[in-house]
Amino acid sequence: MANLQTNFLGIKSPNPFWLASAPPTDREVNVTRAFKAGWGGVVWKTLGEDPHVVNVNGPRYGAVHSNDRRLIGLNNIELITDRPLEVNLREIKAVKKAWPDRAIVVSLMVPCEEEAWKKILPLVEETGADGIELNFGCPHGMSERGMGAAVGQVPEYVEMVARWCKQNTRMPVIVKLTPNITDIRQPARAAKKGGADAVSLINTINSVMGVDLDIMAPSPHIDGKGTHGGYCGPAVKPIALSMVSEIARDPETKDLPISAIGGITTWRDAAEFMAMGAGTVQVCTAAMTYGFKIVEEMKSGLSDWMDGKGYSSIDQFVGRAVPNVTDWQYLNLNYVVKARIDQESCIKCGRCHIVCEDTSHQAIWAEKDGQRHFEVNDAECVGCNLCVSVCPVEGCITMEHLTEGVDARTGQPINPEYGNWTTHPNNPMRVAAE
Amino acid sequence: MPSDIRGDRLSPAEVESNFADLHPLLSKYEAYVEADRCYFCHDAPCVTACPTGIDIPLFIRQILTDNPSGSAKTILGANILGGMCARVCPTETLCEQACVRETAEQKPVRIGELQRYATDHLMAAGVHPFERAASTGRKVAVVGAGPAGISCAHRLSMLGHDVTIFEAKPKGGGLNEYGIAAYKAVDEFARRELDFVLAIGGIELKIGMALGRDVALDALIADYDAVFLGLGLGATNGLGIAGEQLEGVVDAVDFIEDLRQAPALEKVAVGRRVVVIGGGMTAIDAAVQSKLLGAEEVTLVYRRGADRMNASAYEQSLAKEKGVVLKHWARPEKIEAGADGKVAAISFMKTRDEDGKLVDTGERYTLEADMVLKAIGQAFTPAPLKGAKAEIALEGGRIKAGADRRTSHPKVWAGGDAVAGGEDLTVAAVEDGKQAALSIHAALTGA
Ligand SMILES: Cc1cc2nc3c(=O)[nH]c(=O)nc-3n(C[C@H](O)[C@H](O)[C@H](O)COP(=O)(O)OP(=O)(O)OC[C@H]3O[C@@H](n4cnc5c(N)ncnc54)[C@H](O)[C@@H]3O)c2cc1C
Ligand SMILES: Cc1cc2nc3c(=O)[nH]c(=O)nc-3n(C[C@H](O)[C@H](O)[C@H](O)COP(=O)(O)O)c2cc1C
Ligand code: SF4
Ligand code: SF4
Ligand code: SF4
Repeated sequence: MANLQTNFLGIKSPNPFWLASAPPTDREVNVTRAFKAGWGGVVWKTLGEDPHVVNVNGPRYGAVHSNDRRLIGLNNIELITDRPLEVNLREIKAVKKAWPDRAIVVSLMVPCEEEAWKKILPLVEETGADGIELNFGCPHGMSERGMGAAVGQVPEYVEMVARWCKQNTRMPVIVKLTPNITDIRQPARAAKKGGADAVSLINTINSVMGVDLDIMAPSPHIDGKGTHGGYCGPAVKPIALSMVSEIARDPETKDLPISAIGGITTWRDAAEFMAMGAGTVQVCTAAMTYGFKIVEEMKSGLSDWMDGKGYSSIDQFVGRAVPNVTDWQYLNLNYVVKARIDQESCIKCGRCHIVCEDTSHQAIWAEKDGQRHFEVNDAECVGCNLCVSVCPVEGCITMEHLTEGVDARTGQPINPEYGNWTTHPNNPMRVAAE
Repeated sequence: MPSDIRGDRLSPAEVESNFADLHPLLSKYEAYVEADRCYFCHDAPCVTACPTGIDIPLFIRQILTDNPSGSAKTILGANILGGMCARVCPTETLCEQACVRETAEQKPVRIGELQRYATDHLMAAGVHPFERAASTGRKVAVVGAGPAGISCAHRLSMLGHDVTIFEAKPKGGGLNEYGIAAYKAVDEFARRELDFVLAIGGIELKIGMALGRDVALDALIADYDAVFLGLGLGATNGLGIAGEQLEGVVDAVDFIEDLRQAPALEKVAVGRRVVVIGGGMTAIDAAVQSKLLGAEEVTLVYRRGADRMNASAYEQSLAKEKGVVLKHWARPEKIEAGADGKVAAISFMKTRDEDGKLVDTGERYTLEADMVLKAIGQAFTPAPLKGAKAEIALEGGRIKAGADRRTSHPKVWAGGDAVAGGEDLTVAAVEDGKQAALSIHAALTGA
């Protein structure tokens, strides 16, 4: 059986599945339940200065559902912990003592002054926690007070606070990044410059869930008014994956450890983030949707998959997909594919035809010999994958890679050589091919 | 054993529960989940399979986007009796059989139940969704207030014509009111739907007016700009065997009509042992409803195999589920009287198929019965057309009409069961009425 043990910045945990800093890690009772359920670690719900913040007393959450009420996206306007600092510290210490083999990282958010950090860091150290995570991500409420995303959006601040922390504690420092920024590499580079040991991402994405068309206000609303909140859950996974990959392949940060967060719901999601360079993964919404038991599926799924692939430890596959993330300009323009419809499994819904006809390249016929029949016209098919994306039958349409002959659409012979945009004749800035 | 045909076999509560809605209305959540299963097919096969061509993917998507009224308008725009059709269409041989999810997983989208969800929603609001076009000043006579006649009248009214419906019976609705199985259209749905349709205005329903008795075809042709005949089937086929006149031998359609009109279902008289002869929807409905009224044994005997029955596989399994015994490959030979002079037994000759021909095997059996329900088909009665100067050509015993539902007479159109070559389904009658109305409109306005 594969070994799921993880060593992240020297922080050991029996598996890479951590709970992200959020309600699941808010109190001793929750975290104890999580550890009993088998989670490898937690990032404690973000601590702040006393007097502690207060939360709204109306709805904090809004959701996007599929029609069968599966939760696809969640949004929240919760702030950092709303309990006194001393209570949290006492509980962290007790839990760490009771669960020495699990990772406990403490998330922090205090004002952007060195004194504030100097004051809180020794208190956290004293609990025996394994590390700290700097919450530069919270997009609502705290950012209005100059903290959270307000810091995370300014690389200079990220660097400065990371440096203060490194100078004032022996604990490993993880900087949690906000996705509400144009280029995620900038704050990651800044964190590294400041001496941070790792980054974690993503925090939640600015969002308004909907509009109540009866009262003409955002929904959910509090006494008729709404505000933007942080979006998370399965819907944000592709965004998180892209941001993680950008940091993992950036020459300046490629060695910076990453703890990945964002929509992780199954072992496969976790494996994908790890293949993209994450050393651990953090989960929030999935736990808030199903409870802590899901970690059992995650552990067994990851372990079985690793066994099947012959990986005996996590580090054998972390980052393995990173070299295959590239820029558009380096994609092989000589790689030609055509859609192929398996007539046996086609149920003749016609969706591939109509989307190609209306919105793409008119490359799928809807009729043959007077019969309803769907077939690809190679002379028009650009291999775009739209039909595959909309076909309700998995595996019914596949993309065939042409390795010889002529592309019926362009009339050009298939070129087996690699050739990209940088040398393409249509590129005015092309470089001469060697 | 003496004949024992009577009501009160079961308590009112038992009968009420037996005759409860066959497919209760979907909840909002159930409707969403089911609507979500629809793939919104292009040139959808289900639409082609619906005789009235309802845009099924569109109406289902309207349910999914929480617009059930818009959905109902999509349905009713193509089929004004979409509410009844949602309840009575044999969807397993129509739209749902063509659904691509039937192909994919033998589990079609439940189109009928979604259709009911939408139409019930709109009807509950009590507002008629269509407006009449500006008056054309033209008058059309419609004979028969069954699905064909109602559909024709509604479309004509929408297009701006004034319509008078002549209906022989004391109530409108045709077989919706008098024939459909009670558990398919509970809570007086036929009457409520008729009221809903007539609410468009411009339609006068003249009750108790029979063509050939109270009004003549020639007079209608003279007084109106066009005439539509939606007469249905007025006669039933006889068995032509000894004992058919005995007390206890009943036409299934008459039995069902009495049941449908009974003020208290538990009072409807039914035998202790009932034998139903036939293999269509009427036979199944008569057998099932006999059982639900409390008959102890109900046996349906059909002269060919299950696959040749006009009743769909679903209807057959419903009958079995309700406790009806289905017997195949036998034809009735003789009905026997008991000491009381009423039906006591019916004897059968076994049959088999020989190169497509039905032949006797020589083997016989007898079933004890105090009630025999005949359901071996209905026939068109041309009597109301007789004696008119205007000649309406027939074909195979029913009225001959073209694709535009025009008869041999240029001012007379016809549709529904009365017309040759139809499917004898409610939905087909509705389509006939609609097509005839469009053709009449074109003829009257040159549009
Ligand atoms: C027992 C039974 C169960 C059925 N179940 C189903 C089912 O579940 N699903 C389904 O799709 N179909 C079913 N059908 C078939 C369906 O009911 C018919 O196909 C449909 O009603 C035909 O409509 P129509 O308008 O042509 O005729 P009808 O519904 O028969 O209407 C004809 C109307 O014309 C009137 N009329 C007749 N003669 C005259 C006259 N001389 N003057 C004035 N008015 C006249 C009649 O009183 C009647 O109101 C069933 C039929 C029967 C008998
Ligand atoms: C209700 C709620 C409260 C959260 N509070 C915090 C917080 O205090 N500190 C923090 O760093 N992130 C917080 N987050 C963000 C999560 O830790 C996580 O980054 C985000 O939800 C994305 O992961 P997910 O898709 O698995 O939920 C919160 C998220 C939710 C849903
Ligand atoms: S946890 Fe959810 S259900 Fe419970 S009180 Fe809070 S909002 Fe309501
Ligand atoms: S989308 Fe798929 S199932 Fe539908 S017609 Fe095209 S190939 Fe067939
Ligand atoms: S065939 Fe089925 S899936 Fe396709 S549109 Fe019709 S109901 Fe929907």
